[in-house]
Amino acid sequence: MSGPEAGRGKRRGRWSHFSAQNVPLLLAFFILAGTVIFYVVLFYASLGRLPGNFELTSTTNSAMPLVFATVGQTIVFLCRGIDLSVGGMMDISNSLAAVKMQGGGMGSVAGWSAIILLIGAVGGLINGLLVAVGRLQPIVVTLATLSIFQGIAIRILPQPGGKIPPSYTAFLTNTSYPSALIFVALLVLFWLVFRRTSFGVAIYAIGNDEEAARANGVRTTRTRVGSYVMGGIFAAAAGLFLAATTTGGDATAGESFTLTSIAAAFLGGTTIFGGRGSALGSIAGAFVLSILISVLFFAGIDPLYQSFYQGLFLVLAVVIGTLISRFVGRKG
Amino acid sequence: MAVSNSNSTAPAIEGIEVSKTFGAVKAVDGASFAARMGEVHGLVGENGAGKSTMIKVLSGVLSPDSGTVRVKGHQMELGSPQAAQASGIRTVFQELSLMPWMTVAENLLLRREPKGFARLLKRRDLAPRAEEVFAELGVENIDPLELVSNLALAQQQIVEIARNVIQEPEILFLDEPTSSLAGREVEWLFGLLDRLREEGRCAIFTSHRWREVERLADRITVFRDGKDVGTHAEIDESEAITLMTGRKVDTAYPVPPPLKDAEPTLEVRGLSGPKLSDLSFVLHKGEILGVGGLEGQGQSELFLSVFGAGDLSEGEILVGGEPTKIHNPGDAIRVGLGIALIPEDRKSEGLLLPMSVRDNLMLPVMGRFSVGGVIRGGTEKRLVEQMIERLQIRLRSTDQAVDTLSGGNQQKTLVGRWLLADSRILLFYDVTRGVDVATKQDIYELMLRLISEGRSILFYSSETEEVARRLSHRVLVMREGRLSAELEGPNVDTEEMVAAGLGEDVRA
Repeated sequence: MSGPEAGRGKRRGRWSHFSAQNVPLLLAFFILAGTVIFYVVLFYASLGRLPGNFELTSTTNSAMPLVFATVGQTIVFLCRGIDLSVGGMMDISNSLAAVKMQGGGMGSVAGWSAIILLIGAVGGLINGLLVAVGRLQPIVVTLATLSIFQGIAIRILPQPGGKIPPSYTAFLTNTSYPSALIFVALLVLFWLVFRRTSFGVAIYAIGNDEEAARANGVRTTRTRVGSYVMGGIFAAAAGLFLAATTTGGDATAGESFTLTSIAAAFLGGTTIFGGRGSALGSIAGAFVLSILISVLFFAGIDPLYQSFYQGLFLVLAVVIGTLISRFVGRKG
Repeated sequence: MAVSNSNSTAPAIEGIEVSKTFGAVKAVDGASFAARMGEVHGLVGENGAGKSTMIKVLSGVLSPDSGTVRVKGHQMELGSPQAAQASGIRTVFQELSLMPWMTVAENLLLRREPKGFARLLKRRDLAPRAEEVFAELGVENIDPLELVSNLALAQQQIVEIARNVIQEPEILFLDEPTSSLAGREVEWLFGLLDRLREEGRCAIFTSHRWREVERLADRITVFRDGKDVGTHAEIDESEAITLMTGRKVDTAYPVPPPLKDAEPTLEVRGLSGPKLSDLSFVLHKGEILGVGGLEGQGQSELFLSVFGAGDLSEGEILVGGEPTKIHNPGDAIRVGLGIALIPEDRKSEGLLLPMSVRDNLMLPVMGRFSVGGVIRGGTEKRLVEQMIERLQIRLRSTDQAVDTLSGGNQQKTLVGRWLLADSRILLFYDVTRGVDVATKQDIYELMLRLISEGRSILFYSSETEEVARRLSHRVLVMREGRLSAELEGPNVDTEEMVAAGLGEDVRA
């Protein structure tokens, strides 16, 4: 017997397959490289020298909250969900850290970090149960929990304040050298392991086709709840990084991250329809959006127009990505 | 390898007095079914007779309203795919359960992936393992590293079958496994099922092609209107059809009347695109023009292009001698052109399933019967009722959602829509795929009635016989996006058509 005639012909090599199937991911890295080059050129043009250790450190540090928020968002996206409550969870995490960690010793800081991550997991669990067990629309559920989380955060820290111990800042987002890149490396490692676990495979399967995944014996409810739990934990971690970089608490500081995490995930090639994408692309996407802020600064653009240019950039990137995908798809 | 059978007297699987209702439709109505180990069991019946629902209940995907399921004498937990799988049941569903954005290898080994250190997936071993599986099952020409969404439907079907067979099921259900397979692929499947029988396993399949059922099945169970109406070891086609339909059905292909005037309605000149090259033909008024060839030779691209949904780089389409500009289906539907597509996949390309029959019928013509944007209720009601009467669409009410109708009736609803839109050129794309004999006959008759009204039909079917035998005035055979032959009908020689589809070099 043989397969259909249409399937005849030369087989593509492994690399050819990989690149054809990962256009959005490769594109994300390409955009990152382009943005970095653009940044370096502008930097050189305005300051007459190349960016050094200080710039690398501050760029990495300021990107960290978005990187974590985006990885969480990506996991939820892959499972065909969306998590709008990311910003609210970051508010809770950020405020709680500022209130509880001030003046605390090593033990208390570590303890509170763990508690905050646990709170993130509980928040995600609530989202997940409402979506997967309650069969409510993810966008409605997480829009509601976004408001609720924001309310809780205001309750914890009514006015901006509190203090993050300098040792904690030095641990997460050291200001003198780019040690935060270690966390990026850990995230990459986490991802490479995660997508090889059965939980990771199940998330991709549900994103591909939930009914089919169920028919294949994937525990769909459990997995979907799990994806939101992961999203919550990563949002809480993002809040901790935000607290570390700002060294203080603000119950509204996380708000913008809901939308930027979605934008960064898109930029990284993850689709909202699930099943396609990678946290690696998302990390690149988060860095692109963060570096873009410096690019705009050096280009002499009023910070008030930041979001305007970020939006323009996102549309351009998505359009280019779609065009390239179509082109490659046609050739293949 | 043989399967041990602890309880040889009990059937491999049995569903007892199973009932399942969707909305107000009784899909399965107190039906029972049993199959033995070591047999290939055919399950036949019209569309909507309840075969697929029964299979879904027996494989744990649907939870029945009442009834029990026993596997080798032991009661099985209902509505749990996990429980069914634990009992050794695997199912190839009609709607394939493949992951479109995963590779063939990932799909083949989903949840049985090669594991390495710390039980983590060993990605590197996926493709070689898949190659082994394909070699063992005799599958060729499917690249394990290809994404499933890039495969032809037939290849997807093969992957789905292979995926289930390698799990060494004791009981394997296959719902319409051959509907997208061509000759040699069907032979491959037959070989596979013969092997399962030899190994003492149990395979249960449904098919609308009687030759397949006759060739493969040790026993045949007939379903009608959600009930089982008999299990037989020896039964011929006409007996089976009588059982299935409850009446005598003529299975011959009707003959279209000879063409009177050769007035062209649709002319296609030099159509070229990604999968079409320099395709030209003329469709006349009152003509059924068959389109044949192997699957995936550009037929669907041709149909979509004429309907304005294709991706053309060159070419002209003339309607009634006038050059046209068809950029999207909206242009094609418009009065004056009146081109309508009735596609194979009704579910994704034609009907709005959760909406009512009435809304689906009226969709493209709403503008014509509305005053200031509001549809005139009386006119609408009359038109819809006339159409339902004319096409004999079986339904309870015009408010009924289309997805609660049987496949054949969904098909008719779609045709009805285009008749209401007064389309003159109808593109029938594989409309009889997965459709039962009686409904097929209805569709043939409908086609003849449509051409007698002076409409023209471009007709593609994946069943060569259907296109060749009688139904078509002429047959165009396509190969690699080109026209490889034009055969005069009616009653085109099937062999000649197949040979033309394969290309001259293969012709013996």
